Amino acid sequence: MLINPNEILETIQMVRMEHLDIRTVTMGISLRDCSHPDIEVFNENIYEKITARAKELVRTTNEIQSLYGIPIINKRISVTPIAIAAESCRSPNFVSVAKTMDEAAKESDVDFIGGFSALVHKGATSGDLKLINSIPEALAGTEKVCSSVNVATTRAGINMDAVGLMGEVIKRTAGLTADRDGIGCAKLVVFANAPEDNPFMAGAFHGIGEPECVINVGVSGPGVVNAAIRELENPNLTEISETIKKTAFKITRMGEMVGREVSRRVGVEFGILDLSLAPTPEIGDSVAAILEAMGLERCGTHGTTAALALLNDAVKKVGQWLHPQ
Amino acid sequence: MASSRFIITVIGSDRVGIVARITTVMADFNVNIVDITQTIMQGIFTMIMLAEAPQDNFDLAAFQEAMGAEGKNLGVEVKVQHEDVFRFMHRV
Repeated sequence: MLINPNEILETIQMVRMEHLDIRTVTMGISLRDCSHPDIEVFNENIYEKITARAKELVRTTNEIQSLYGIPIINKRISVTPIAIAAESCRSPNFVSVAKTMDEAAKESDVDFIGGFSALVHKGATSGDLKLINSIPEALAGTEKVCSSVNVATTRAGINMDAVGLMGEVIKRTAGLTADRDGIGCAKLVVFANAPEDNPFMAGAFHGIGEPECVINVGVSGPGVVNAAIRELENPNLTEISETIKKTAFKITRMGEMVGREVSRRVGVEFGILDLSLAPTPEIGDSVAAILEAMGLERCGTHGTTAALALLNDAVKKVGQWLHPQ
Repeated sequence: MASSRFIITVIGSDRVGIVARITTVMADFNVNIVDITQTIMQGIFTMIMLAEAPQDNFDLAAFQEAMGAEGKNLGVEVKVQHEDVFRFMHRV
């Protein structure tokens, strides 16, 4: 057999018992060419563009899920920050844009659509303010729309006016969805150093340095890393680090393969793969459990930060090795 | 996708007729066995087959469904996955 049976079993075990999955396949779509002073026309433009681009996304992703037998949990869309794309609209607020995004997401059958966003780390334009003030109503009146606001970067510092404003927006968003456990706030992220190609919600948007359309993939596997470390017998720090790297490598390769195949089939270029050790509510799928597997008596005790740094460093090194760009 | 080869794994408790009945389904779909091996994973019977599907008119979804249904009858879990997933994960 060309492929070692142990390797086959390892893969099967990762998926069956250790909750390895592709967390999301996210299609980024630029809406920069949809701008129009009339918000009705703008909404029509974005609806048509999103539904046309994402037409085959969910069907293709489901096909690949069954071809490879790897669960793909979410299918998502991210778009150009609406504060930029809708800046020229003369309407006093952008709530109708969020509703249009929601309809487009439902038509495309995706789980979420992100990009009801503004980047105000150094200052806000009138479009940014219109968007931010529309967030509470937009999130209360839609199901699949996610919103994010970048209020700080390492280079520009923190825009404290924006931070103050977001405090009020969060409170209003929670208030408007108080009858639904404040769900509006679960769809809102306030960022420092927001990445432009993040496939994960609620903070995904399609950055202005991105191409017309792109497929980004998010993989998660804290359970797999946890199990791999627990198999070591009295390891030293180097062995732990090596094991994390090897495991992260396998997870990353799997995500990359899925991303490339989806992008090939829908005819859209492949962007990035984001390996996140984000936990899920599943038992064993926990980052704290990894830290405890590394030797901490209890997560939070002395050495927790050092263990987390070791974990992050090992995961990042794999990223640099596979994708030096 | 370069090839149409699949890894079929059968996981569950061992009993008479597993191979016979699984391979009957494969024959119905004109799927050829390239290699076959059996092992025990965490105390559970595991059979792994490398199989080759015909190039034309192969309905993967129907094959997976038929294999899954036969597995259910036998009380075992049957998975059909394209071989690339294993190749990609463990090889550069």
